[in-house]
Amino acid sequence: MEIHGKVFKYGNDVDTDVIIPARYLNDSSESALASHCMEDIDADFVKKVKKGDVIVAGDNFGCGSSREHAPLAIKASGISLVIAKSFARIFYRNAINIGLPILECPEAVAAIKAGDGVKADLSAGVIYNLTTGEKFSAQPFPAFIQEIINDGGLLANLAKKGN
Amino acid sequence: MAMTASQKILAAHAHLDEVTAGQLISAELDLVLANDITGPVAIKEFKKTGADKVKDKSKIALVMDHFAPNKDVKSAEQCKACRIFAREQGIENFYDVGKMGIEHALLPELGLVGAGDLLIGADSHTCTYGALGAFSTGVGSTDMAAGMLTQKCWFKVPSAIKFELTGKPAKYVCGKDVILHIIGLIGVDGALYKSMEFTGDGVKYLNIDDRFTICNMAIEAGAKNGIFPVDEVALEYMKGRFKRPVKAYEADPDAQYDAVYKIDLSKLKPTVSFPHLPENTKTEWDKIPVDQVVIGSCTNGRITDMRIAAEILKGRKVADGVRAIIIPATQEVYRQCIAEGLVNIFLDAGAVISTPTCGPCLGGYMGILAEGERAVSTTNRNFVGRMGHVNSEVYLASPYVAAASAVKGYLSTPDEL
Repeated sequence: MEIHGKVFKYGNDVDTDVIIPARYLNDSSESALASHCMEDIDADFVKKVKKGDVIVAGDNFGCGSSREHAPLAIKASGISLVIAKSFARIFYRNAINIGLPILECPEAVAAIKAGDGVKADLSAGVIYNLTTGEKFSAQPFPAFIQEIINDGGLLANLAKKGN
Repeated sequence: MAMTASQKILAAHAHLDEVTAGQLISAELDLVLANDITGPVAIKEFKKTGADKVKDKSKIALVMDHFAPNKDVKSAEQCKACRIFAREQGIENFYDVGKMGIEHALLPELGLVGAGDLLIGADSHTCTYGALGAFSTGVGSTDMAAGMLTQKCWFKVPSAIKFELTGKPAKYVCGKDVILHIIGLIGVDGALYKSMEFTGDGVKYLNIDDRFTICNMAIEAGAKNGIFPVDEVALEYMKGRFKRPVKAYEADPDAQYDAVYKIDLSKLKPTVSFPHLPENTKTEWDKIPVDQVVIGSCTNGRITDMRIAAEILKGRKVADGVRAIIIPATQEVYRQCIAEGLVNIFLDAGAVISTPTCGPCLGGYMGILAEGERAVSTTNRNFVGRMGHVNSEVYLASPYVAAASAVKGYLSTPDEL
């Protein structure tokens, strides 16, 4: 999917309970998860989000539970990339494993505002703010991680390799 | 190269002489775990690969504890999916209603985890087993699926923070206060990606249930795992339960740590995490009225916690307007509560006792909060909306504080009774 869209901006310590509240964890279908994504922190998110949009947030994004439903909900909602100052470790792993692109880039987080237009090139780790013309560099993932994300997740990647 | 205890366990399971922080390794797993929330997603992922069989049906645990006994039709369908998969695959450690308990209390009790083990679980509180000297860490459902398929997992070897514990905790101070104090000190991402290694003379004053509570909440500081030394207390707990040989790993004396914290347990006070982050800890507060008290969960649902609750509630009554919900974490803990007369104490006080479930901790069922309501809870998270309405509040505390608050009707320590 092309990474090109508008920014939804949040603060530090966005936890998995606000990304997808546990009361909805009795249904793991993508459509059900997407329909409640970010509900407890931003009730308007699901009404406003469009395919390709980008989440920008502070430190420790995705802290809390190990629920893979959290990155799944974000991906299913149409978000094409999450940029944060840092990620909680289980979320970080889960995002890669289900093929949700993420980048750590404190400079971009400091400069990018809600509603800005953003484009990114994952293989180079470059983020463009189309609204201000600024450009930011993040550490790109090594090739094998990019391959997992491009294949749509770890198990699709393993299946492709005949494992 | 000197290694931490966590690094030694990873090296052994990767068949390497040594590992260093930051190194990527592939390691063999002694156990992989999932529950009724994360299991169905893992099963779906497993099936995507086209694989017929799991790698080792004796090294997988599936525990129906989050929304079981089923809270609604959708939850029932999720448990059913796990049940069918367990039957098809011949999963040996499948725990359904009647046998199940809260996973992180159940697996150590059954001796399925022990010192020197390496395990992953599709539940963030899998880090609990560090109390027994295991390296255990929470992962997502896809890692769980890959674990069932290969009985292996890749890890980035963590660096570590050392916590040197000294002194003996005061009366009414327990493991929960120790870990809440530490999270307040270092913050919810204070140990991000790292191991938390607990050592020092003070360890001997912490019973095994205190240690389970402390390691359980390592994730609340962002840690990959928490780990205690394997001493007589740990060995005594594993005796007669853990069937495999105990492997006790100790950090090298010259192991490198990112930071060292010295914590005098004798100076700690009953500590409470205020909404809406576990790091918002306080030891003093004004009068805060309470609507509900929950004593249970993978953090504080073990027999020690039940005994503490009973010690406080004995001969007293839950205050008018407070709902006190007590949840022994396993069938065995429940049985002990009956045998020791704790259930009668709880009933006499006006509390309810539930079958094991994670229900209220994550706002599933069995104690959901309405708008504007406030709970004092021995659980592990107080995020926005965690136990119910988005405008409700959770105060994280020890069973001493939770039980005292139930009696007083506002946030209290036992000293106020």
